[in-house]
Amino acid sequence: MSPAVDAVLEPAAGVEETGPRAAPARTRPLYWSVRRELWENRSIYLAPLSVAVFAVTALLVHGATMPSHMPGMLANDPAHAGTASVSYRVGGLLVLMTTFVVAAFYCLEALSSERRDRSVLFWKSLPVSDRTTVLAKATIPLGVLPLITVAAVVATQLAIFLISAVTLLVLGQGVAPLWGELHLFRLWTAMLYGVAIMMLWHAPVYGFLLLVSGWARRTAVLWAVLPLLALGVVEKLTMNTAYVASMVTYRLLGWYGKAFAIPAREEIPFSPLNRLTPGRILGSADLWLGLAFAALCLAAAARLRRQREPG
Amino acid sequence: MACIEARGLRKTFGRTVALDGIDLRVEEGRILGIIGPNGAGKTTALQAMLGLTPFQGELSVLGRDPWTERDRLMHDVAFIADVAVLPRWLRVSQAMDYVEGVHPRFDRARAEEFLAKTDIRRDGKVGQMSKGMVAQLHLALVMAIDARLLVLDEPTLGLDILYRKQFYDSLLNDYFDHSRTIVVTTHQVEELQDVLTDLMFMDRGRIVLDCGMEAFETRFLEVMVRPEHAAAARALGPVHERQLFGRGILLFDGVDRRELAALGDVRTPGIADVFVAVVGSQAHAQGGER
Repeated sequence: MSPAVDAVLEPAAGVEETGPRAAPARTRPLYWSVRRELWENRSIYLAPLSVAVFAVTALLVHGATMPSHMPGMLANDPAHAGTASVSYRVGGLLVLMTTFVVAAFYCLEALSSERRDRSVLFWKSLPVSDRTTVLAKATIPLGVLPLITVAAVVATQLAIFLISAVTLLVLGQGVAPLWGELHLFRLWTAMLYGVAIMMLWHAPVYGFLLLVSGWARRTAVLWAVLPLLALGVVEKLTMNTAYVASMVTYRLLGWYGKAFAIPAREEIPFSPLNRLTPGRILGSADLWLGLAFAALCLAAAARLRRQREPG
Repeated sequence: MACIEARGLRKTFGRTVALDGIDLRVEEGRILGIIGPNGAGKTTALQAMLGLTPFQGELSVLGRDPWTERDRLMHDVAFIADVAVLPRWLRVSQAMDYVEGVHPRFDRARAEEFLAKTDIRRDGKVGQMSKGMVAQLHLALVMAIDARLLVLDEPTLGLDILYRKQFYDSLLNDYFDHSRTIVVTTHQVEELQDVLTDLMFMDRGRIVLDCGMEAFETRFLEVMVRPEHAAAARALGPVHERQLFGRGILLFDGVDRRELAALGDVRTPGIADVFVAVVGSQAHAQGGER
């Protein structure tokens, strides 16, 4: 990402022109712009964390209300085949979905809320370029949120594992079989890969939403959704086809089939490392076209931020 | 080098002309007040200088084009657009962290010093502070920036008289040092009279008066004319006439002080009085900022 590097070096450009004044302190506009997004939008980390806490609590409640199930479920008794991994899968999936929703809503608000409350006049009074600002906002769904997600999922699964382990020990059973079945480290490696791919695949979605947010005066969510919906409906009515719908679905979910060899039903999706297919997804033109589209959207959003009258 | 230089600066919104090709030159070390009715183009002119709005014509601020070089220009320019622009979720400590993190000329110790004189708490949120406190916070941030140009657009709007007085006192005593330039617009003209070095009246996108305060004080004179001299006074061509306690107060532009002294009590008029005379009352019928 060369724009990011440029942005960080931005103050250096001013150094040569300082003249007789004191040498300016080192500044990090991109870093602090990301920090300010986190100050303003605390849901970025609160939402994944609360879902993680919810998943762990749900397991605890489940265990407490159905104590007879616990030993078999946790120890992977043949009668409960695969159930041990279910709580890990569901917990992880919940956090991933939450992240996507948080990211989408964040993008829709990112550039319109600062215009609405006129704080854009304060941000623009500081030596931070529109490019750096837009880049910082794009860093939230493309960098910060995936990392928080991975951390939240790892924490959730560790918590579930610890609870299971304590329960098994109390019941006088060994923990080793459970650990052996779960392959948590492999699971995490696969998840890290999955989240990274998902983030790249969804980049054009986030770029588009940021652009809409920079363009729409209000109700950015309607401007983002209605045109696609209208196109889909018109297409269905006039030609009885569903290209728009399948295009949207493909852009939201298509990464999964390309990034992983689809496992058989009862297997854990992320678990087997030999099911990762990085070659296929990285060789996909759709991934790169999407990234190019995302870059265009961000460039346009930076331009719009400069041009839009405040208020 | 002039701090701000504009030639044929023009800006339209649809069919409304906000700036009708103005020429202007502000030297370094001046305090310029731009006075005008709502919709005169003051805010638009300032926004053009700050790179917040595109414009036609030539404009250079500290030797830069504000539209294409806003982020670099902001190393040397600080501005307060109006008191309400600090976001409500921002904490005082976060505001300090952020400005320190992005602005090479921000002196945090200085900002802390200003804040220590106020009731503002470090962990306070903008949304929980009074309008006056938000203005104080914004001023503390801006005054801790070693800028060459400070632009203030209605900085005291909605503040009570104590805050307004404090605001201009801090600005003059703690900030202004003759190597900096300040441009300010306001409706509260009477508070600015002793602060300004230069004065500019704008009306309907044009500059209708542009002069230094020293020139202002020799050029414009107000005479409370004794009734027996009324006809003689009118013969000298006053630019404005009003009645106060049954006596005529005549405003003259460029008439010799000794000549006027014979007609009654001569004094320097307030900016507001000259403004009314020059711009006229019909301008107020327009209304609507921008």
